[in-house]
Amino acid sequence: MDYNVIVDNLPLYLEGLWVTIQLVVIALVSGFGLAVPLALMAVSKISFISYPAKAYIYFFRGTPLLVQMFLLYYGMGQFEAIRESVFWMLFKEAYWCSIIAFALNTAGYTAEILRGSIEQTPFGETEASYACGMSKFTMYRRIILPGSFRRALPAYGNEVIFMLHGSALAGVITIVDLFGAAKIVNSRYFVPFESFITAGFFYLCCTFCIVWFFKWVEKHWYKHLRPRTS
Amino acid sequence: MILEGMVLTIEVALLSLLIAVILGLFGAIAKLSKSRIARGIATVYTTLIRGIPDLVLMTIIFYGGQIQVNNLGDLLGWDYIDISPFIAGTLTIGFIFGAYMTETFRGGILAVSKGEIEAAHAFGMKRWQVFMRITLPLMIRHALPGFGNNWMVLAKTTALVSVIGLHDMLYNAGVAGGATRQPFTFYLVVALMYLCITGISDIGLRWVNRRFSVGVRTV
Repeated sequence: MDYNVIVDNLPLYLEGLWVTIQLVVIALVSGFGLAVPLALMAVSKISFISYPAKAYIYFFRGTPLLVQMFLLYYGMGQFEAIRESVFWMLFKEAYWCSIIAFALNTAGYTAEILRGSIEQTPFGETEASYACGMSKFTMYRRIILPGSFRRALPAYGNEVIFMLHGSALAGVITIVDLFGAAKIVNSRYFVPFESFITAGFFYLCCTFCIVWFFKWVEKHWYKHLRPRTS
Repeated sequence: MILEGMVLTIEVALLSLLIAVILGLFGAIAKLSKSRIARGIATVYTTLIRGIPDLVLMTIIFYGGQIQVNNLGDLLGWDYIDISPFIAGTLTIGFIFGAYMTETFRGGILAVSKGEIEAAHAFGMKRWQVFMRITLPLMIRHALPGFGNNWMVLAKTTALVSVIGLHDMLYNAGVAGGATRQPFTFYLVVALMYLCITGISDIGLRWVNRRFSVGVRTV
């Protein structure tokens, strides 16, 4: 094991870490924004509305993230119309391609989690809000969505960790994230063991941070469920 | 060509599933055992694996493992050993999902009611017999949903082997797409193939689940 190489290249790894954090955070935020309407569509009783959302969820949960990313990064260039449109600005950049792929992917998974937790809303809560004279929109805003976010929290924590792990795929399409940094170090000095283990160590730290963060949020959101201590 | 790749993808998936199940069983037994060392090893294993991305693990084992094996080989006087991408990919995926299976099986074993295990002990069965005849069959029902999820994720993870140069569906699609200048079409075909695999496994798993829950009354 040669640790000097790692110490010398620490700035590169930190840059990669920063890119990884950017990728994950942007993808998660926009993916979540997309997931809420998708989940609402999927629980709709009108099949005309629910089927497109269900098809979306099925596609993005049923295919590998790597394939989705390749479809966007390598595939989009096949179409003349896209190459000449303004979107080409996005699709020719590996950075944006991977963010779009991650966001669409995590939207599918998050929508499925939310769909499950919306359907688990106790019927009494819905009934009570109708009895209070709430409109459907107010009911969703005040009763159903807050409750289902809370129920979705543990599963969503796992999804965030999966997104972090999935973000390593960005390194495959030339982005210098943590994995990309490890690839560069490996190709420069040919130290595969040290370079990739260092990246793995950074990912491990990120995972622990996410786990701790979600434990902390759970502690606050589940305050009313904790057994009372005297 | 993509179909050839699909056969390879399925081979990798099934072989690594086998490794994962074996590792998972041992892991679950170790996690529930009284020995502190066994528990410690199993905990380190599952925490490490679940904390590091599968792609990084795969490159560690594929590139790093190659060097380590040959360093060991130099000491013992072996010839140069070439770890093929197939072996590295299958081993890694099996190794990764062994950790997930460990958690699933552990949950399943814990869900088996104590009374049944005590009854088996009362019959004078040895610990090994109790495990094989009582705990294992009963645990399967509880572990099946988690097992199904793990299998789905595993099937999708096999796409990563194309990164370390194995000629699976995705790799072949990339070659074909490059040659015909129609990458989108080929990648879409691969996506649909994966949908087929997950769709068929979904149906299969539901069937197995029904078989194993025959004695369970539901609403």
